[in-house]
Amino acid sequence: MSFLELQNITKIYPNGTKAVNETSLNIENGEFVVFVGPSGCGKSTLLRMIAGLEDITNGEISLDGNVINNIDPSERDVAMVFQNYALYPHMSVFNNMAYGLKNRGISKEEINNKVNDVAKLLEIDQLLTRKPSMLSGGQRQRVAMGRAIVRNPKIFLFDEPLSNLDAKLRNQMRLEIKRLQRQMGVTSIFVTHDQTEAMTLGDRIVVINNGVVEQVGTPKEIYSKPNTKFVAEFIGSPQMNLFNCKIENGIAHIADIKINLNNSKNIEDASLGIRPDDILISDNGQHTCVANLVEYLGSDMIIYSKIGDQEFSCKLSSKINLNSGDTFKFDISYTLVHLFDNTSGSRV
Amino acid sequence: MKKYISSTINHFILSIGLLIMIVPIWIIFASSTHSSLFINTNGLQFFLGDNFIENYSRVLFKQSGFFNEITALKMFFNSFVMATGIATLSVITSLMAAYGLVYFKVKYATIIFWLIFITLLVPLELRIMPSYIVMSKLNLVNTFAGLILPISASAIATFFFRQFYKSIPDELLEAAKLDGTNSLRFFLDFLIPLSKTMIAAVFIFMFVFGYNQYLWPLIMTTSEQYWTVVMGLKTMYGSISDRFAFVIMSMIPPIIIIIFLQKLFIQGIFQNK
Repeated sequence: MSFLELQNITKIYPNGTKAVNETSLNIENGEFVVFVGPSGCGKSTLLRMIAGLEDITNGEISLDGNVINNIDPSERDVAMVFQNYALYPHMSVFNNMAYGLKNRGISKEEINNKVNDVAKLLEIDQLLTRKPSMLSGGQRQRVAMGRAIVRNPKIFLFDEPLSNLDAKLRNQMRLEIKRLQRQMGVTSIFVTHDQTEAMTLGDRIVVINNGVVEQVGTPKEIYSKPNTKFVAEFIGSPQMNLFNCKIENGIAHIADIKINLNNSKNIEDASLGIRPDDILISDNGQHTCVANLVEYLGSDMIIYSKIGDQEFSCKLSSKINLNSGDTFKFDISYTLVHLFDNTSGSRV
Repeated sequence: MKKYISSTINHFILSIGLLIMIVPIWIIFASSTHSSLFINTNGLQFFLGDNFIENYSRVLFKQSGFFNEITALKMFFNSFVMATGIATLSVITSLMAAYGLVYFKVKYATIIFWLIFITLLVPLELRIMPSYIVMSKLNLVNTFAGLILPISASAIATFFFRQFYKSIPDELLEAAKLDGTNSLRFFLDFLIPLSKTMIAAVFIFMFVFGYNQYLWPLIMTTSEQYWTVVMGLKTMYGSISDRFAFVIMSMIPPIIIIIFLQKLFIQGIFQNK
């Protein structure tokens, strides 16, 4: 039995919207799981159901062997970090962190020790007497984390906690969250719409779309073997190129280009996916295209081009000398392509 | 230069407004420090006289009213009890009503709220007879409870608190829930401290409202022991300078309350920003 088990969880809002549909998931003790998906896909709803802030329409959630469907959020022993931090504006940093402990009837001395330890760990021990309004975004973020950590809960829930920070601070906090999670070994669920965050943080990633889990796997599995067209497009930056094509006898036809897939498949309406950095550009490549636009990113550059009327991009080292308007030659290796059936959207 | 001119004009206008408000009060104050004989012969005075202590102590401690049963000091006490009672009770009831309406899943909460709100259209003066009958059947005539209770629920204060609670983000409640708070603790630990400024504002507003009540205490009290300052103003039969002294003193309690709570009010604004 897993530490946290979701069984056929469904959430239907009173207005009839189905936010989460028949979702099942097992999370092991100490694991760091990331829910990722576009906004409105139901990932936050799922998290809030685990926290107990949202009723479950159907299904069962069990934590550490106990079904928690009808247990009050305050008794589930979960801690959550909110997107806007939800710090208590009228309480000092110390009281923000101590409040949950006070409610659990812990002695003053122990509260003092715990809060001070966590404050040191997060380097906010200088701020304990301040009010949240006197803190910067990054400091607030730390206090919100401190409030969760100090309670030593069974599970940490993070609801897009980094989205209000600037890019530099976000990277820094991301590393810190990962480090803290490793250090404390507490099971954590992190919700984000940012695939970079998902890839870097998670032991496992759960890709959610329209209330349905599209794929569960390690970042590597998800990146290298996306189960559906949606996952293929969503994970990876720049986005994976997807060409509509017709496959006859193992040969994909994209406009006038033919790619040998080294199999004998026949699909009328398929998508051939290839990541921008998997397109091999060389002077003796089989196919020729014109670079419509070149984006220079420092060490890399991205070339935008077209096969027939289908746009695609390739990522390559900026050491290669290529400008807008130039032609270039490239190969698409069958070992690097991903094939999807357009009617079902799933991998073939 | 332009800035200088406009600020001069602004200050000029403000000064006129200030004079219009201050001068009559000053004249009353200055006149109240002269003897009645002097005022009756020489008219209103602009400069202070030397009967200040004599006049004011006479007004405060002399028995007055129709039957000489009450002193001005007692009237101040009565008014203070009544105004504080009304202000305190209406803050408490409206805080709790708003909490119930916003945070509990009350069916038809909006309709209930508007029902409370339309009581604004039925002021005390309209329901004064039924209110009196209810109070007299409860044996509350000539008591402080009778003076306070019928006007201690405020729809407008409920409205203010309700709007304020609606502006508090849901995440705060959710975070508090996960921190193990219950409904009573959330009310005491969160809503009350967060609405401190609003409580101060409503308290000032309701205190002045209670202090200014005239008709209701007039009807509710048959014993002079329960006379309030505003009733006393109407029935002061002393000399002219005594009446002036009483008028000046009657302004002091609301002013004190406003000055005292304004400090808290401003503090609260800076804290919650």
